[in-house]
Amino acid sequence: MTTPQIEDHGLLRFLTCGSVDDGKSTLIGRLLFDTKTILADTLSAITRTSEKRGMGAVDLSLLTDGLQAEREQGITIDVAYRYFSTGTRKYIIADAPGHEQYTRNMVTAASTANLAIILIDARKGVLTQTRRHSKLAALVGIPHLIVAINKMDLADYSQETYERIKGEYLEFAAKVGIEDVRFIPLSALNGDMIVDRGDNLNWYEGPTLLEMLEVAPAAHTEHTEKFRFPVQYVCRPQDSANPDLHDYRGFMGRIEAGTIKVGDAVTVLPNGLTSTVKAIQIGGVDIPEAITEQSITILLADEIDTSRGDMIVKSSEVPAAVKQIEATVCWMAEAPMDRNRTYLIRHTTRDSKAKLAAIDHRLDVNTLEKVPAEKLAMNDIAQVTFKLAQPLFADPYLENRGTGAFIIIDESSNNTVGAGMIL
Amino acid sequence: MNQRTTLTHLDWLEAEAIHIMREVAGQCSNPVLLFSGGKDSLCLLRLAEKAFRPGKFPFPLMHIDTGHNYIEVVNFRDQRAAELGERLIVRSVEDSMKRGTVVLKHEGESRNKHQSVTLLEAIEEFGFDACIGGARRDEEKARAKERIFSFRDEFGQWDPKNQRPELWSLYNARSHKGENIRAFPISNWTEMDVWQYIEREGLELPSIYFAHTRPIVMRQGAIVPVNVPLVSGEVANPSRPGEEIIDLQVRFRTVGDISCTAPVESDADNVSKIVLETATTTITERGATRLDDQTSDASMEQRKKEGYF
Repeated sequence: MTTPQIEDHGLLRFLTCGSVDDGKSTLIGRLLFDTKTILADTLSAITRTSEKRGMGAVDLSLLTDGLQAEREQGITIDVAYRYFSTGTRKYIIADAPGHEQYTRNMVTAASTANLAIILIDARKGVLTQTRRHSKLAALVGIPHLIVAINKMDLADYSQETYERIKGEYLEFAAKVGIEDVRFIPLSALNGDMIVDRGDNLNWYEGPTLLEMLEVAPAAHTEHTEKFRFPVQYVCRPQDSANPDLHDYRGFMGRIEAGTIKVGDAVTVLPNGLTSTVKAIQIGGVDIPEAITEQSITILLADEIDTSRGDMIVKSSEVPAAVKQIEATVCWMAEAPMDRNRTYLIRHTTRDSKAKLAAIDHRLDVNTLEKVPAEKLAMNDIAQVTFKLAQPLFADPYLENRGTGAFIIIDESSNNTVGAGMIL
Repeated sequence: MNQRTTLTHLDWLEAEAIHIMREVAGQCSNPVLLFSGGKDSLCLLRLAEKAFRPGKFPFPLMHIDTGHNYIEVVNFRDQRAAELGERLIVRSVEDSMKRGTVVLKHEGESRNKHQSVTLLEAIEEFGFDACIGGARRDEEKARAKERIFSFRDEFGQWDPKNQRPELWSLYNARSHKGENIRAFPISNWTEMDVWQYIEREGLELPSIYFAHTRPIVMRQGAIVPVNVPLVSGEVANPSRPGEEIIDLQVRFRTVGDISCTAPVESDADNVSKIVLETATTTITERGATRLDDQTSDASMEQRKKEGYF
C-alpha cells in the first residue's frame, strides 16, 4: 500500500437528497465551484447558458445538468456521479433526482454512499419529501445524515427558523429511529457555510459543510466485521513457462468485510472444507495482510476445489447457508413483479434462482405506514420472502452491506429489475 | 507494521477497478480490453496485471486504429503489449473505408467518430461479448450518468434513458447473443487520479505526453499540430496556405486521432510536473484538447448513442 505523503483520509461517497426546488443542484455546483473543481471552460459554458436563459447571475445548478433529454426537459432523470477532492480526501457525490422515479434512483444512489445530505428549504421546513428521503436513507443503511437547512438567505438568516426546523426534524427522527444526525444552516446560492463560512450566519458556531465531510467516517471503519471473501475468479496458470506456477491456485476477489492475514484458519463455502491462508497477493506480489475493500488473491495451504460463487470466511465466523430469505425489496422495473415467475438473484458473486414466497407488507414511503400488498410495481418498497434454489451465505444487510445486498435479474430480458436488502 | 484501517483514495480506486475487471472475466465468456497506448488505457493494463498476474490476462487487447495516430503512441502500444506478452489485435478504420462501411464526407474529415463502425465490425468478427474501456465519468457530461457496466444493443447503441439500475458493487454483465457490455473500470477516476496513479506506479508513457517542441499553427484559438508524420509515411494535418507555423513547447493531455486532439503549451517534462500542472490547471481535459466535443453541447452523447466508446 502507498504511504501517503500528505495525510490521506481516503475516499468518501455521499448522496444528496432533495428536489431542484430545495437547491440541491445549486448546492452541488457550489461545492464543486468553491473547491475549485470547476474549470474555466465549463464555467464559461454555463455562464453563456445562464445568459441565454435570461438569468442575472451564473446558475451553478447547470453544472449538474447531464443528458440532452434532461436539458430539454429541465429535470434530472437519472443518478449522476460527480467528483471533487480537497487534497486530503476524494469525494464521490451520487446526485439522485428528487422528482421522477425518486425511490428507485435514491436507493441506487444510496447503495454506495456512507453519508447522506438531506436538504430542507428553510421557508418550508420538514416536508413529506424530507421524511421520505430520511426513511429511505435509513432503510438503505446509510449511517450518517446531515440535514442541511438551505435557502437561509430567503429566511432572513434567522436562527429561530433554523432551531424550529431542527426541532421538528428531531421529533420525526426519534419516531423512526434515526440516530446520527447533524444539522447545518446554509445558503448554497451565496455560498454561506458550504466551504467558506460567509458573513451571514455568525450565530452558527458549528463546522461548515465541507468540514463535516472531511471528518465523516468512511465505510468499514466503524466496527469490526466478520471476514467475508466471495471468490470472483480462480487463477490457475498451469501452462505457464514457469514450472513454479504449475501448482498455483489463486482465489481472486475483493474483501467485502473484515481483515485477513497469512496463517489465518479459513473455511471455504459451500463445501465447508478448512485450510489456512498460505499467501496473500496483489498482482502476484506477496503482502502480509489485507483489509476490507482490497482486491486480493488468496492462496491456501491445502488443495481445495473452489470456483466463482464460493466464499472464503474465517473458520471462527462462518455465516449460515440460507435457502429462504426475508428482505426489503425495491422494485425497479416498469413491469410489476410477477408472483408466478422465477427470477435470478445475484448475491456477492453467487447466483440463485428465486421464487417469491410472500409479500409481507409494502411500505408507503409517504406516510411511512406498512400496508398489505398483492403486487410490487415500480418504485414500490416491500418486505418479502424468497425461496431459493441454491443456498446463499448471507449476513443481515444492516450488519454488512456487501453480504446483505442482492439484485434481482429478469432472465428473459437480462435486466436488473429489483434490489434487495436481507433482514 | 501497517496499522491503517482504511485505504488511501488511490488504493481504493485501484481495488475497485481490479474488482470490476475480475467481474468481467468471471461473468463474460469472450471479453476484450480496448488499448490505444494512451494514458488511461495504460492504467488499465497495470490494473489488469494487478488483477490477474501471475496468470495471463483472460482477454486479448484490441486497438481500433484510425490510421491517423501519432507514431510515438502506435510504437509504444506495440512495445507495451509485447513486454506484457499479451495478444494485441489491431483493426483499422482504413480497412472499413476499403470495405465501404466507412465513408468520409471529405478527405480531411476526422476519422475519430468512424471508429464506432470499425469497433462494431471487430466485435462481430471475434464475437466479443464485453469490451473493457478506459472511459471516465469526469471526462464529459454525458458520461457522468453512464453505468460502470453499460449495456449496448445489437447496433452498439447506448440508450441513456433505459440503463440498467446499478447498485452496490453487484454488476449485471448478462447479454444476449449479438448484444454487448462495455465495462469501465476507471469510471470513478478523475484526470488527477490517473496522473497520481501513473506517478505512484512509475508507469511509462508515450513521449508526447511530456513537454516537447513541435510545429503548430493557431486555428480559432486552438493549438493545432501540423505536418505530423504517420506510420504509413504520409503526413497528417498539413498546414494551410497563409498559416504561420510556430515551433512551440507543448504536451498532450489526451491522445487520440490526430485530427481531433490538440496539445497544450507546457514545460512539464516529467510526471510530477504534470501532476502539479493538473492540480493548478484552469481548463478541463476535453475542453483544452478535444476539437470534436465542441461541435455541439451534446456531441459526446450523440456519438455514444451511435455506438462510440
